[in-house]
Order: sequence, then structure tokens, then C-alpha cells
Amino acid sequence: MLRMEGVCKSYNHRASTVTALRDANVTMDRGDYVSIVGPSGSGKSTLLLMLGGMLSPTGGRVFVDGRSLYDMTPNARAAFRKENIGFVFQTFNLVPYLTSLENVQIPLFLAGEDEATQQDRATRLLERVGLDDRLDHKPSELSVGQQQRVALARVLANDPAVVLADEPTGNLDPETGRRVIDFFDELNDEGRTVVMVTHDPRAAERAKRTLRLVEGSVINGQG
Amino acid sequence: MKLRTLVWREIFERKNQLATSFLAIFLGITAIVAIKNITFYSEKAVARELDALGANILVLPKSATVQDYYSADMQDETFPEAYVTRLSLSDLQGLDNLSPKLSVPAEVKGRRLTLTGILPKSEFQAKAMWEGAGIFTRPEEGCGEIADVPDVFKPPVKETLVRTRIIDDLGPEEALVGSDIEALLGVGEGDSLALLGRTFKISAVLPQTGTVDDSRVFAHLHTVQAMTDQGAVINAIEIVGCCEEISAGLVEKINKLLPDAKVVTVTQVVDTQVKTNQMMASLSTVFLVIIVLVGGASIANYMYANVFERRREIGTLMALGAGSSVIVRMFMLKGLLLGLVGGVGGYVLGTVFAVTFGPRVAGIAVMPMPELVPWAVGLSVGIALVASCLPARNAACLDPCATFGEV
Ligand SMILES: Nc1ncnc2c1ncn2[C@@H]1O[C@H](COP(=O)(O)OP(=O)(O)OP(=O)(O)O)[C@@H](O)[C@H]1O
Ligand SMILES: [Mg+2]
Repeated sequence: MLRMEGVCKSYNHRASTVTALRDANVTMDRGDYVSIVGPSGSGKSTLLLMLGGMLSPTGGRVFVDGRSLYDMTPNARAAFRKENIGFVFQTFNLVPYLTSLENVQIPLFLAGEDEATQQDRATRLLERVGLDDRLDHKPSELSVGQQQRVALARVLANDPAVVLADEPTGNLDPETGRRVIDFFDELNDEGRTVVMVTHDPRAAERAKRTLRLVEGSVINGQG
Repeated sequence: MKLRTLVWREIFERKNQLATSFLAIFLGITAIVAIKNITFYSEKAVARELDALGANILVLPKSATVQDYYSADMQDETFPEAYVTRLSLSDLQGLDNLSPKLSVPAEVKGRRLTLTGILPKSEFQAKAMWEGAGIFTRPEEGCGEIADVPDVFKPPVKETLVRTRIIDDLGPEEALVGSDIEALLGVGEGDSLALLGRTFKISAVLPQTGTVDDSRVFAHLHTVQAMTDQGAVINAIEIVGCCEEISAGLVEKINKLLPDAKVVTVTQVVDTQVKTNQMMASLSTVFLVIIVLVGGASIANYMYANVFERRREIGTLMALGAGSSVIVRMFMLKGLLLGLVGGVGGYVLGTVFAVTFGPRVAGIAVMPMPELVPWAVGLSVGIALVASCLPARNAACLDPCATFGEV
């Protein structure tokens, strides 16, 4: 259901061109569990963002459920993201002036849910990640691991079929990291497609297959 | 959560940055409300002053010289009473009242005084109606300022005459005397007074004015005309004219209509007041321009900075599925709030300012003007919305990713 056809991405950087990704052809089925590994600067985040409909490729096409993401208007793409894609950012991207509860409410608010439903769903999601005692804390009043969990709860708010995560364990201690990976296993068991960028070999092992990136080229690993 | 939760929280999170642009619009509206408020009451005060003065245009014989406004009608020369009819039949705008007068010197018990013939309003009205046109058949509003609309009770005859030189009724054998005459001759209300071979009944003694009017005897115009054997002549017409019409050239028009007479205004009064008001009016225009420019630029500048500062957050919202309309509405709502609070706050402070300093600065009493509220709020909201519009649309055009700095 996720497919990249000849996707490349280059950045213009002070008169020179930096190629972040070249000719990527990737297919992921519904319910797939993919880890993306590779050295720093190899284009992992670039690929993931393009899969998530958040970064226009320089060339090639990205399909989700047979629909070409970048042939849509930006607003249609935003609506598509709202309904289908959950994204966990490397740096979480919580809104700093909103509480945990309100951060989780954002996707529900955008989906037009009423106030009561928003509160109810967001509270249950935060319970699921074990943060029901931190509902009205702002991100700055939470530990990094707790912020990560708020981000995970927010990803689930719109019940997405596809969950994309950029180094979800990068900033965590091994124990917490393991719990996060368990969480992604759960999500995959629920039938969601999970794509995860990681530097952690143990995390990569848990995935059904691994994509390796080297200097912007996809080298299909085992799987 | 609603859109306004989002906006509200953000405002309180970063209220310091907001403060300067809020201050610009707030103080701007304050200044303009204060000026508008003081100007309004100053114009009102002008109207009241003119009203107190009575007539502000005099029609005199061609050769007349005007030294003292109050004694200007004491001339030897005369002109036909028909001039009054000519004026009242004309289509000139801004004539609120006409009163023809004939003044002649007289002597009582060795004292020199002035006998002035005036035409009571009842007769004048009847005459004008009979002629089928004239000022009394015109719509009452006119310029409105001079009419005694605010007085619920009709002022007593004496005050009316002193103030506007208009009297409703006066019998052919009746006379009104100035306060000096009362003192000099020892006569009072109800007494008779022999003058130039006629006996008048004194129907009222006028309150003191401190002008030559105090040593006058007023009687019916047609009686005075008969006493002097001059026929239907007068030597002055006092006109109450609208300030605006006067500055719009009413005097020249009367001059054209009555080429054989001399038309003068109470220039000092009209000129200075009109000048003050014009000054205030142009001052408020200048302020309006400054406020629109400074307030607008300040808000636009703030909004641009705000968009830049929040691009990560905007990107997050868009990544989570917010379309451009959500982002635009978020910024416009913020602009609307800014404008609303600035407008209401500016009205309140401007009114306090005007009421407090109006009496000191302009020497007039100033009252709050609720009718300025929609005006102040509308202006403020308008500026804020226009200034927020472009930054908001810019924000909505951001690529969610370009905002993260992660890639
Ligand atoms: N905005 C940009 N302008 C220019 N070059 C960029 C930009 N963003 C990314 N790049 C370049 O694209 C390449 C791929 O970047 P990307 O962030 O995808 O790497 P990554 O594999 O995620 O690395 P890491 O593991 O460190 O997160 C890098 O060489 C980077 O320098
Ligand atoms: Mg990365």
C-alpha cells in the first residue's frame, strides 16, 4: 500500500546541489513492519518524510493506497495525512504552550471531534502510554521520555493505518527504548503499517524487514 | 480544544512580544477617540456661544461702519423693509432667523436713549406664510445647532429676547425696556412710558446684558415706523446663520441678493471658532493616517515575526493534518482579538483622557460618546485584520517540512 517509484530528492545548498536520496523504489504492504537503517546523513529522514506526505520529492512519485500523494493539492494532502498517517518526529514536535492532554487533542480537533470526545479519547490514549498523571503538564514540565510518550499518544489519536517514526528510541535509555519498541510491536499487531528509522540494531531486528540506505541509495537488506 | 484555545494559549505564552504591537494600536485608538470626543464638544461649545450671542450676520445700510456689534444698528440711514421679504423668499440655506430692526434716538426726562422697533415672530411668520415661502416654512432642522432643541421648557420672553433677539408676541402699544432704563427712569413692569408723543405699556424689563441693549426701549417695528414718518424702512436685519453655511459663503450670497446693503459677520467669533474646529478636524485626519500606518505596520511586523517564530509549530499542525484554512483562521482570530481589545481599550482610555483633560486643554466640558465605540472598534479590528492577512497566508503556504529543520 506504500510505494515509491523512482523517487529522488536533492537540495540546493549555496549554488551546489546535495542529493539526499536517489532513485528509490520501495514497496510496503499493508501491515508491514519495516525498519530503515543507515549511517547519519544517508537520507533516512528524507525518505520517511516523503512517505508521510510532508516533503515533496524532486522526482518520482509516492503512492499510498494507490493514490499519488504529490499530485494532490497541499490541502488535500493535509487532509490525507490527517486521516491516514501518524508521524513520530525525531524531536517529538509537541506544541510548547499546550498541555499533554491538549497536544493529544490536536488531531481530534482537526478531525472536527467535539470537546467531550476529544478529552475522552485523549485521556484514554495518555493512559495507554502511562501518562494519566501528567495530563496538564506542558512539554517543558516533562522528561524527555515522557515527551516521547505524549508524541506516541498523539500519533494514535486519529487511529492511522500507517505509523511512521523517526528514531523513536534515539533519545531514550535502553529500558525505556525497549518499552517504546514493544509499543510499536503492539501497533503492528493491531494491523497498522509501521515504518521506523533507527540506529538501534536490536530495534531493527524486531521489524519484519529492514531497508538499508547508503549515501542516498536504497540497498535492500534482509527481508 | 477549539481554535480559540489554541490562539488564546499562544497569546498568553508569548504576551511580551504582543505587547508592543498591541500598545501601538491601543494608544492610536486612544488618541483618535480623545481628539474626536473633544472636537465634538468643542464644536458644540461653538454653537452654544453663537447661540448665546444671538445673530451672527448683520445687514446694514451701504454706508454703515461697524465699531460695536451691539450698536451697529444705530445708523441714520435706512433701507426698505422689503429686503426681509426678499431674504425669506430666497432659496438661501443656513438662515435660521431674521429680525428686522429700526432704531431711533429718543429722549425721556432729559435722558438720551434708543428706541428700537422689532418685529415679533408671530407677525413675521404670518407674513412669510402669506407670501407663500420663506425661512419659517423650511424644514426645522437647518443646521440644528442654533435652534433651542435641548430646552424642554420654553425660556421666558425676556431671556429669549436677550439671547436671540426674537420675541413671539408684542402688541403695538407695548414696550420692553433694558435694565439701565429701569434704573434711570425708575419705571418697572406694568408702568407706562411716554416716548416721542406716544404712551407705551412696559410689559417686561429685560435682564442686564452689559451692552448698549441695556439702555434701549424695544417696541413694535410698525409702531416705531409710524412714529418716525419714514414709511416701511428699517436700518438693520440681524440674521442667525449656520456656522457652516457662513464659512461656505453665505455672506457673499446675501450680498448678491441685496446689492444695496452691507453684509457683515461677527467675524472674530465665527472665524476663530471655525478655524479651531478645522484645526481639530485636520489633526484627527493626521492622527487617523498615523494610526493606520503605525498600527498596521506594527501589527504586520509582529505577525511576520510570530509566523517565523512559530514555523515549527505551524509545521507540526500541518503535519498532523491542518489545512491552510486552519492556519489562516488561527492568525486572523489572533488579529481579531488584538483589534477588539485594542479598540475597546482605546475607546475607554481615550474617553477617560478626553473627559479628564478636555476641560483643561480646550476649556470645555466633555462627556463620553458611546457612539464612538463601533467606530473605534471597527477601525482597530479592520487595521488588525488587514495587517494579519498577509502573514497568515504566508504561514499557510509553508511546507510542513521546511519548518522543522530536521531534514
Ligand atoms: N534543508 C537541507 N538543505 C541542504 N541539505 C540538506 C537539507 N536537509 C538535509 N540535507 C542533506 O540531505 C542528506 C540527508 O539528510 P537526512 O536528514 O535525510 O539524513 P539522515 O539519514 O536522517 O541522518 P541522521 O541519521 O543524522 O538523522 C544529508 O546529507 C543532509 O546534509
Ligand atoms: Mg534523520
